[in-house]
Amino acid sequence: MFGLDRKDTSLLIVVAALTLLAPFLLNPFPEGSSLAQFNAGYPDLMQRFVIFGIFAIGFNILFGLTGYLSFGHAAFLGVGSYSAVWMFKLLSMNVIPAIILAVIVSGLFAVVIGYVSLRRSGIYFSILTLAFAQMSFALAYSVLTPITNGETGLQITLNDPRILGISQTAQGGIPVTNIFGLEMRSTYQMDLGPWLFQFNAGYYLCAAIMLVAFYVAIRIFRSPFGLTLRAVKSNQQRLNYTGMNAKPYTLAAFVISGMYAGLAGGLMASMDPLAGAERMQWTASGEVVLMTILGGAGTLIGPILGAGFIKYFENIFSKINDNVLHGWFSFLPDGLEDFIVGILHPFIGKGWHLTLGILFMLVVIFLPGGLVEGGQRIARWLKRGKASKSSQNTNPAE
Amino acid sequence: MGILEVKGVNKRFGGLQALGDVNLSVAENTVHAIIGPNGAGKSTLLNCLVGKLIPDTGSVMFQGQSVLGRKPFEINQMGISRVFQTPEIFGDLSVLENVMIACFAKRDGAFKLRAFSEALRDKEVMDRAEQMLSDVNMIDKRGMHAASMSRGDKRRLEMAMCLSQDPKLLLLDEPTAGMARADTNNTIDLLKEIKQKRDITMCIIEHDMHVVFSLADRITVLAQGTPLVEDLPENIKGNPKVREAYLGESAGH
Repeated sequence: MFGLDRKDTSLLIVVAALTLLAPFLLNPFPEGSSLAQFNAGYPDLMQRFVIFGIFAIGFNILFGLTGYLSFGHAAFLGVGSYSAVWMFKLLSMNVIPAIILAVIVSGLFAVVIGYVSLRRSGIYFSILTLAFAQMSFALAYSVLTPITNGETGLQITLNDPRILGISQTAQGGIPVTNIFGLEMRSTYQMDLGPWLFQFNAGYYLCAAIMLVAFYVAIRIFRSPFGLTLRAVKSNQQRLNYTGMNAKPYTLAAFVISGMYAGLAGGLMASMDPLAGAERMQWTASGEVVLMTILGGAGTLIGPILGAGFIKYFENIFSKINDNVLHGWFSFLPDGLEDFIVGILHPFIGKGWHLTLGILFMLVVIFLPGGLVEGGQRIARWLKRGKASKSSQNTNPAE
Repeated sequence: MGILEVKGVNKRFGGLQALGDVNLSVAENTVHAIIGPNGAGKSTLLNCLVGKLIPDTGSVMFQGQSVLGRKPFEINQMGISRVFQTPEIFGDLSVLENVMIACFAKRDGAFKLRAFSEALRDKEVMDRAEQMLSDVNMIDKRGMHAASMSRGDKRRLEMAMCLSQDPKLLLLDEPTAGMARADTNNTIDLLKEIKQKRDITMCIIEHDMHVVFSLADRITVLAQGTPLVEDLPENIKGNPKVREAYLGESAGH
């Protein structure tokens, strides 16, 4: 289907089903139950899952296929956000032109940064991209204040022209982002017994765009272009002596992944129309590297898993505090309860980075292929278990 | 006029004269061997032919066109393929994918962005890649991870990649270095077969005299960066100058 083979088609269908049913799947616990805090099915977080999924899918096209590790991809995310917000200020609150401009501007930006950075490879390439991103951050933070509004961040105001839209609503408020009238924040709430499910327009727009982005990534992976990128990673010398010019191929990969980052940035601004310089900081660049490696660099589904994993941790684990822990371990004798809570204390709440760091180390050491490799190992183990069981079953029959 | 004309090439690394006034003419559809003791400048000369090094002076003409100043991929697109001393292949790719890359490079040139078509459904390239693998008896290994193969198989794969580009000139840098006798003989047979089947010129650098005398139509002996003798194989064997270069001055006296 869609020019994909059977395996890729079923992968695409599974991802589509998971994203479309996410409001159910991420809210397995009834409202008000003690486990409700593990629910991730609220619009804000679900939007972040798919937006960072797009960011990581794009990053994987560069890092996973060519092996060029960029430490500056957040710059494209930020550029995309600024472009989108400017579109909201000048044109209209419709997200479509904003997203298109975000992709174009970040693509042009990627051509310039990629052209210079790709003159070097390995660690020098990484350092160059990092330097560019930090320069962009510094520019956005101070020098380019007229464009970026400095440390306050770029926001929409009542005085913006919005030549195709309205400067302010009839009530005198700031208009909200929409797609041809459908507001991004509009949410349908479904009460099902004790459960509450939320279906948000913005989430479904992001999810649809992520599915298209994922489909395009599959096509790139299976194309002659994708094959050449893998050859760049494997042995650039051989590629040069096989008559291929590696440079335009890697630049194309860099620009494509920059455009994915810009798309993610544009969507971020579409969900919440403001853009700040901190989106370009090196920690944001590092986050997408973590996502891709954690999920499985060079695999199709890995980056999405990694993005979901990290965003879940960031938003859910950081909310667990000592009171919650005391609640869980209240069945233990007092002294023991305090002792266990004391031990777990550094790993929860604000300490979630510590837990994430440990998990990341474990994955890199024991599962170099990321979560995807973990999944494959479990699948193989289950298959072997089933095979040995069925052979045991057939033996007595003989 | 040969297919490859090297005239007055000099190359100096600091105080070392690696190549001194090298002249070489390789006739079309022949196998030309370049031999010489260690440090004679054989590999330096080869690197000057493929664009890895640029000579200080002199000219290198291939089919009447200069290769100097061109990048390795441009020289390859002119029709010169190179087999490396240690096989250079795409270790992370499958055997078939390795050859497919070479076929794409031959058909689509140095750069063509085909990001939306499926590589495995490109019938022209697939057919050609499978044909090339059959030619070197590796079709049954098409799905194998290239890095996991034996050295002899890697060499054959590299050869298949080079040949699928239909090169006019194939440069071989010690193609049997580090091989067992049986693998060496297989390689000799393979090269003989290639030579029979195709219009191809080969330029081969080799230490193993068995290989050289089984294949070469003409031999150039290089010593201390300068061509000592160029002659037919049968004349090279008994040449006192060659013995001297290989065994040192004292052997001559």
